[in-house]
Amino acid sequence: MANNTKGRRDFMGMALGGFTALGGIGALYAMKRTWDPLPSVKAAGFTTIDLKDVQDNVLVTEKWRGKPIFVLKQSKEMVAKAQNEIGKNGKKSINRLIKIGDNYYMVAVGLCTHLGCIPGYNPEKEDFLCACHGGMYDATANVTKAPPPRGLDIPPFKIDGTKLVLGEAGPEYKKMLADGTTLAV
Amino acid sequence: MAHFEKANSIGEWLDQRLAVETLKRVLQTEYWIPKNINFLWAMGMVLAATFGILLISGIFLLMYYQPNVNLAFDSVNYTIMSQVGYGWLWRHVHGVGASVVFLIIYIHMFTGIYYGSYKKGRELIWLSGMLLFVLFSAEAFSGYMLPWGQMSYWAGMVITNLFSGGSLHANGLVEWIRGDYVPGQAFLNRFFMLHVLLVPLAIIGVIVLHFGTLRIPHVNNQDGEEFDFAEAAELYKAGNVKESKVIPFSPVFLSKDVLVMGVYFLFFFYLVFYHFEFAMDPVNFDPANGLKTPTHIYPEWYFLWSYEVLRPFSTNIGLIAFATAQVIFFMLPFLDRSPNVAPASRRGAFQIWFWLMLLDILVLTFMGKLPPQGIWSTVGLVAALTFFALWIALPIITKFEKKL
Repeated sequence: MANNTKGRRDFMGMALGGFTALGGIGALYAMKRTWDPLPSVKAAGFTTIDLKDVQDNVLVTEKWRGKPIFVLKQSKEMVAKAQNEIGKNGKKSINRLIKIGDNYYMVAVGLCTHLGCIPGYNPEKEDFLCACHGGMYDATANVTKAPPPRGLDIPPFKIDGTKLVLGEAGPEYKKMLADGTTLAV
Repeated sequence: MAHFEKANSIGEWLDQRLAVETLKRVLQTEYWIPKNINFLWAMGMVLAATFGILLISGIFLLMYYQPNVNLAFDSVNYTIMSQVGYGWLWRHVHGVGASVVFLIIYIHMFTGIYYGSYKKGRELIWLSGMLLFVLFSAEAFSGYMLPWGQMSYWAGMVITNLFSGGSLHANGLVEWIRGDYVPGQAFLNRFFMLHVLLVPLAIIGVIVLHFGTLRIPHVNNQDGEEFDFAEAAELYKAGNVKESKVIPFSPVFLSKDVLVMGVYFLFFFYLVFYHFEFAMDPVNFDPANGLKTPTHIYPEWYFLWSYEVLRPFSTNIGLIAFATAQVIFFMLPFLDRSPNVAPASRRGAFQIWFWLMLLDILVLTFMGKLPPQGIWSTVGLVAALTFFALWIALPIITKFEKKL
């Protein structure tokens, strides 16, 4: 290549390369967005559950965003027990319960925080066992045995009388997030 | 324009336009393979043939499969299995092939490790081969999602959850991969795309690369002997076939490959016709249900060893262990510090390392299938720790290996 054209060719090469890179980044962004959940998937993210008829120590499973939601009304003894319990991750069990009127409820996403299997509830022992890798939780769904790193996640909720709206973050939920009782789902 | 003479045969006509004679010479009749090899050297062609069979059976399954969460299960278990003529054959060939291809990949890998075929200029053969292993794993996993049974759904749930990175809590990433909060329509569709297009395309590309990396360093032999291929080839071409250390790939070596393939396909079709059930997990004959986890979730046998590396640890350590186990074999050419290219039997401590590694992988595989309780948890933990101890020991023992 003649010396007198070198600077010009380098400039054209860099200009072409630069614009190609810019287009490439734009295309990558479009590809990323194409893999995002659709608006219809995101919009279907609200569920209302009524806690009026739930019995003490009987696990009820609801569905929210395709995930199972555990609801466990705590008996007096269970609440007393939860007062003193501290999970494997140092979090107090009692803080995990949702108080509506005089009743305490455990409401959580029923997917093990290890890898997402559904733990089974044993009403006699008042604990959850995940069959996949042997993780355990107490009746407030606080973690008591590894490998799960934390208790079952609590879905965003808003208290509405005896009802809970899942997917909407009320003040009680925001407080749980702020003090680290649960992580954002 | 080039000058063309009148061709006297179709072969000549093609040769003028495509240089088919040159191609044939370069790729077959003068592509030289050492003589001093055994049946384990045929595994590459066995793999290529198995991939071909997976491709063909896959094409026929693709004609009736429906990538829709409401239809997928029935399109496989009803339409393909009981309506489509010989649909069961394609399914069983595809399922057995997907399982057996990993058996051969493992044999192929451990052959390479035993004979030191990843050293001194052969690093790229090893690296491209490992890349193929990863791609085949992705292909197997994405394919496992498609029948949309209970194991498909829950394996999809558990494996995509690995990307939350434990305490990193990267739920956004997991939801991005799924296109939903849980595996659903978007998830099934994109894994369908990966399984039938993107991953197979990548596999074909890397197979070509894998063959290419073999060209310059040449195929290793049973003694790791380094010799002049050009000289040996001249000897062969001059008619001293007996004295020469090489044979042409085609037709001479290929005929040996075909014999091994013949034996292999007897075994393969025995499985397809009489024992296909080993590749068909009974749990996956229940349709996917996001509100019920099967009692035990375990991967297919070929992923059990790495699954067992994950299982005995807490989330974060388990994830790091799992991620390390997935890529550590890539590092083999660089962690083996010995310059010797020789079978493990002549390499002192490395021989013990080789058999311990093989044994440990087998133990991990068996433990991965057993429920994580009591003594099995302990054995699994010890085997997982041994796995990492062996990799830490490798550079040390090979550093002190006596030069042959």
